[in-house]
Amino acid sequence: MTDTNPNIEDVEAFRLRARAWLPDNMPPRQEGVGHFRDFDRGRELQKRLYDGGFAGVCFPVEYGGLGLTLEHQQALDEETIDYAMPLVLNVPTFTIIGGTLLEFGTEAQKQRYLPPIIRGEEVWVQFLSEPTCGSDLASLAMRATLDGDAFVLNGSKIWSSGAHAADYAICVARSNWDVPKHDGITVLIVKIRQPGITVEQIIDTNGGDEFCQEFFDDVRIPVENVIGPVDGGWTVVRGLLAHERNAMGNASPLSSGRWLTPTETGRSDLMELAMTSGQSANPEIRQLVAEDYALRYVQDETTRRVGTGMASGHLPPTAGALLRLMGARAGVRRSDIALTIAGSSAAAWHTGDPAGQMGSRYVGRQAVEMGGGTTEMQRNLISERLLEMPREVAADRGVPFNEVRHNAMPARGNKG
Amino acid sequence: MDLDLSEDQEFFRDTTRKFLESEIPVERVRKLADDPGGFERSWWRRGAEMGWTSMLVPEEYGGGSLAGEGLLDLVIVAEEMGRLVSPGPLLATNVVASAVAERGTPEQQQALLPAIVSGDVIATWALCEPGGRWQSDEIGVEALAKDDGFVIRGSKEPVEAGGQVDQFLVTARTDEGLTQLLVPADADGLTVTAMESLDLVRRYAALRFEDVFVPASAVLGEAGNAAADVERQLQVALALQLAETVGAVDRIFEVTLEWMFDRFSFGRPLASYQALKHRFADMKMWHEANQAAATGAACAVQNRSENAPAVVSSAKSYVGDHATFILQECVQMHGGLGVTWEYDLHLYLRRATVNEVQYGTPREHRERIARLIGMDEETQ
Repeated sequence: MTDTNPNIEDVEAFRLRARAWLPDNMPPRQEGVGHFRDFDRGRELQKRLYDGGFAGVCFPVEYGGLGLTLEHQQALDEETIDYAMPLVLNVPTFTIIGGTLLEFGTEAQKQRYLPPIIRGEEVWVQFLSEPTCGSDLASLAMRATLDGDAFVLNGSKIWSSGAHAADYAICVARSNWDVPKHDGITVLIVKIRQPGITVEQIIDTNGGDEFCQEFFDDVRIPVENVIGPVDGGWTVVRGLLAHERNAMGNASPLSSGRWLTPTETGRSDLMELAMTSGQSANPEIRQLVAEDYALRYVQDETTRRVGTGMASGHLPPTAGALLRLMGARAGVRRSDIALTIAGSSAAAWHTGDPAGQMGSRYVGRQAVEMGGGTTEMQRNLISERLLEMPREVAADRGVPFNEVRHNAMPARGNKG
Repeated sequence: MDLDLSEDQEFFRDTTRKFLESEIPVERVRKLADDPGGFERSWWRRGAEMGWTSMLVPEEYGGGSLAGEGLLDLVIVAEEMGRLVSPGPLLATNVVASAVAERGTPEQQQALLPAIVSGDVIATWALCEPGGRWQSDEIGVEALAKDDGFVIRGSKEPVEAGGQVDQFLVTARTDEGLTQLLVPADADGLTVTAMESLDLVRRYAALRFEDVFVPASAVLGEAGNAAADVERQLQVALALQLAETVGAVDRIFEVTLEWMFDRFSFGRPLASYQALKHRFADMKMWHEANQAAATGAACAVQNRSENAPAVVSSAKSYVGDHATFILQECVQMHGGLGVTWEYDLHLYLRRATVNEVQYGTPREHRERIARLIGMDEETQ
């Protein structure tokens, strides 16, 4: 990504090397197998790639990568399409964390943290949202107090996916309360398993336990773990969000392997349900299955369009909000379609009947309109940044944070 | 528009836009509403000089594209024409040109292609039949073998530019299956009746074939075995139609966005109201998705992708639903002005509505997708 390998391997030679190596070393792709946050599986697959010389394709050589180009990564993505890949590590570990560390990390941080990421040994998450702030991220209230050679962290983070199974986090905290909200933020590298940090899994409406909440009680983080300037962390957050948008647009060179597109996956779960429930001749159900197919196709094309547009500069980085909004709206529509196809089986079903999942999927429908920023925030971003419409009135603009009315601190971990 | 146009394509787009803006601005389109033909032949010939009729034709017949991907160049013209709700048989003529270029005999190609490229001959595809029938298994016009030729019987409607063209490509049925025939507009027994149409300048006609005889040399491709050709023509038509719709929405989205900054209520521009900003965010997303879908469809057709049938129907059903929805939202944003004859918005809404329902409605294309992805496999 930054420095390329001086003895760079030819793309076709790289491709052929991968093609020869893959059959004996990587298991076949299995869609839908394993937990969404099956980090252990991801670690194992990534280690295999590393041992074979196919890990960290676009990461610089000095940090354990191959120092190759996006074309090499794309060749590898094409060759691995029929194989299981550690896709779970792409977001956030490779793309967002890797990208942020490369952009803002100190030399020592890059030397310490990037090689284990590339070897699949250390999995990262993001500590951004808090119980008292979601959409208004910059009003975060995790307290970072400088004490000698360390910051002492108190407060709570929430909605970090898979934090209970991860190793490190990028954590955003408030180090200065006497300045406007964007000017008193510091970003730190936090080892998750250490005294003072309690991780609790949150059970969502579907019964899933991917999301976590973390409680910080006097956690000492050495100052060498600060990414970017003290109090100037908002720049790092903006960079981090840009890496996130790139990842979302499938435009990050640090990503490895890809999901199947709708025309590659064959029958969707909704089509399967329509067929197995004997509704394949029902005109209305056929309409809905086809609508889902078209929606997935258009979403895929939109991701390609916006992703390449952002990468080439035809679209500004905030165009990623279009993909978030589209993904959310499509997800909602799909839940509705699923409920219709399932019909009464969504309410009462025989054990093992896949129609039974559609009711709880519907009940948890709105989660897709919140993850990664609510659709309301995406609409603000699109209208204000892309269409340059006037910004909403903000009562906290230019006001020191300790004079701004904000939500109460969380019950636990509140040492404020 | 495709965000990755080559320099040549960008230059071509710019010159096409300038030509259309100077030669046929929307005020001129409005005047053509009273013209029975909806466009002028002399103007079409000048468009032909710009390349509007040559992109899908091989160089030996005077055609040629910018970089060997003619359809991807031609959708640029379609999109620019959408931006100005231009008249002219771009889709109609090019679908026939493409079919003759791909499936015609050397004699057919020599007879038609140079004249189409020069703009002297205008052609159209007679596919649809009364009752909104257009799919391969619905074709009812018969072609009966007789005396080293075929006798054609039945009705085709609506046929785009049917009253203006010199040449028809007629999709008919023989006992063996679909058969396509090149029929001159002045053939004996062919009656062409003008129809009313929603678009102000796009004309449609009803064709009545009463024992119209054509020689065997009029068959395009293989008699009784034209299903794949018809599918290909449909895909080319849809790629052009989608691009035109996207262009129309693009222009109106721009105009409406400007309006939001210019129009004040309660001392604030409309653009400052979050309730309206959020609707624009949704419109922007749908429009971006429409553009992505249209571009993806054009690429699939250009590259003859295996999944092109499902891809064009996906794009067609999605864009069909969302383009008109965006335009109706834009009407609402304009308030009363949006529903006046004087304001141009309805010209665009007419064009997009026509495109939504021509060559299949979104609903029909979803049904087509259901078939294509195999929903009938276990029920038959």
